[in-house]
Amino acid sequence: MGNLVLLTNPSIVFETFLIGITNGAVIALIALGYTLVYGIIELINFAHGEVFMLGATVSLTLLAALGASAGWPAAQLTLALLLALLVAMVFCALLNAGIERLAYRRLRHAPRLAALISAIGVSFILQNVGLAWIGPNPQNFPDLLPSQNVFRDLLGIQSDINFKVKDLLVLLLTVPLMVGLQRFVATTRLGKAMRATAQDRDAAALMGIDINLTIALTFLLGGALAGSAGLLFGLYNGYAQWQIGFRAGLQAFTAAVLGGIGNISGAVLGAFLIGLIGAFSDLLIDQRWTQTVIFGILIIILVFRPSGLLGMQTPEKA
Amino acid sequence: MPRGEHAGAEKGDRVGARSALRWGSITERQKQGGTLIGLLLLALVYPFLDEALRLQQFNLGMSTLVPIFFFVILALGLNIVVGFAGLLDLGYAAFYVIGAYTTALLTSPQSPLYESLRATPLVNFWVALALSVVMAALFGVLLGAPTLRLRGDYLAIVTLAFGEIVPRVFLNLPEYTKGAAGINPIAYPTFFGYQFTLDPTGARWWYYLILIIGLVSIFAIVRLRDSRLGRAWMAMREDELAAASMGIDLVKTKLLAFALGASFSGFAGSAYAAYLQVVSPDQFNFSISVIVLVMVILGGLGNIWGVILGGFIIGFFDNVLVRTINDWIRAAGAASGSPALREFNLEQYKFGIFGLALVLLMLLRPEGLVPSARRKAELHPETDQVLEQEDMLYELSGESLEPMERPRS
Repeated sequence: MGNLVLLTNPSIVFETFLIGITNGAVIALIALGYTLVYGIIELINFAHGEVFMLGATVSLTLLAALGASAGWPAAQLTLALLLALLVAMVFCALLNAGIERLAYRRLRHAPRLAALISAIGVSFILQNVGLAWIGPNPQNFPDLLPSQNVFRDLLGIQSDINFKVKDLLVLLLTVPLMVGLQRFVATTRLGKAMRATAQDRDAAALMGIDINLTIALTFLLGGALAGSAGLLFGLYNGYAQWQIGFRAGLQAFTAAVLGGIGNISGAVLGAFLIGLIGAFSDLLIDQRWTQTVIFGILIIILVFRPSGLLGMQTPEKA
Repeated sequence: MPRGEHAGAEKGDRVGARSALRWGSITERQKQGGTLIGLLLLALVYPFLDEALRLQQFNLGMSTLVPIFFFVILALGLNIVVGFAGLLDLGYAAFYVIGAYTTALLTSPQSPLYESLRATPLVNFWVALALSVVMAALFGVLLGAPTLRLRGDYLAIVTLAFGEIVPRVFLNLPEYTKGAAGINPIAYPTFFGYQFTLDPTGARWWYYLILIIGLVSIFAIVRLRDSRLGRAWMAMREDELAAASMGIDLVKTKLLAFALGASFSGFAGSAYAAYLQVVSPDQFNFSISVIVLVMVILGGLGNIWGVILGGFIIGFFDNVLVRTINDWIRAAGAASGSPALREFNLEQYKFGIFGLALVLLMLLRPEGLVPSARRKAELHPETDQVLEQEDMLYELSGESLEPMERPRS
């Protein structure tokens, strides 16, 4: 812990803070998928991290096929990135809904652990799909996002803080997605159907809500967000690999639990906290302990406050 | 009865009728006894068969069988936690690590414990084995105690996180564990002066040692299942509330399940470390826990013989079939001149196959290959009128990890 002295340097602290927020934004997109699905069918969708990983994989494949490079004119590059975003979101949305249809729907009335075990199985299958797709080694993403320093190059402020335009872009892209989801669930008719289904599936069905459709829609939304997270992760971190899903998935699940699983704002809050905790743990302890710290937090929350920071007290009946 | 069981029963009916393996009724019990004795004899003469027929050329030698036995023992231990008590443990390998490292640290001359003291190891393998079991059980209780009141899926995630933390701690503390390099060598077991080394004759003795350990484990687990504690586990799995109102101490019962399950894992870890002569953090991860879980689920949750069968099927697949099929694919690749096939590595896809097995099992046959007596009684009331009362009592297993419940009612 001799690194605590770093905390006295405000620009290092601020930079770590920004790293944490940016990582947290990507985690939030994944965590939302966990929380949506758990909210509606009380299933820990263990395969969700793998959907995210395949989102990164499909966007990498597409960008490579397009031959996108940082040398392209800005308009063309933007178009390529938007196309990749669209493809990743649609692909992962369909994938996630397909998983629900094939592996979870028939188990909806089975003991709860049966669906969880099925989800673990799906997660292993998808890891292998990723492995067969891009091979065992990390594959480099083309470095497409501009990497000027926001403070020094754009705002003309003299500072050592390393906050690049690409970090800013990650935030600029995730925030509208999160707000959009929040508004969708809170205001639209379909969102209302989702909330009703989450509250009481039978009563919702009696009110004329198509339960299967609503649950499929939830998986579509969660998958689309995971797809966008996959693209952003790749662009931000510069690589994709078949193993990224397991780790990111557990981090995002931790975030969802920390915020209160089933609670949309909670997942976002939890994700930013996990991002920050991870960044500061990298800085102050050591990178190799960060994963342990996050898993430790997961255990502590589950044991002492299973309802999370913002979550309602869910019935402990099992 | 919850409606989910009706749906499951209809589904299982079709599958159950096709099942070749059916246990439980009186006449089949006798057949079962005969099969067991036959298998035991086969196990006893196996080393001689191996030498006579050179089974190693088909990847079927004793050196293949010993690791499979270890995994079967692990599966039997996990079955206590998941099958009997109905607590899904996704971090079972953690206790295996703890057992393996306890033995390594206590008995290896390379152990940092002795290097710092400039002493030679004083601890005999058997003492280390006992201490490993105690350590694993202790950690089982340490993990179990705070997590008891969690519901099933949260418990699964806590155990998963624990299983990820433990190997990382061993990896990240090289001062105490030698980190990624691992510890080697480890003390060989000794028996009245004979040392179980790994030369060709040693391999045979290892085989018998593990066989005996496995048989003792099976005997212990059968006795445990039939004991008051075993029945308490199953009652608790079926309905916690009802079990508690019948006077079962839930805390004690759950903790004992964790502790006993963990001690089996610690035991297997300790012996396996001595067999492999090395421990390192990368031997243990989530995939080990999942392999063992697949064995338990494939065979039939809660059914001891089913779990053993599942353990052998997965162990055989993992250690023999994958290699053999891979060789075939590569040979086909060499013959057809296809570089993709020639360099094919089925090994890296085996977890996808395990994953597929999990999904298909959950969808098609959640009760596993060998459904328990109760399940059978439910599914075939007309064919098996006589069902031993005792079977009814203690084989309450198979179809459910916990009673189905609409959570937000």
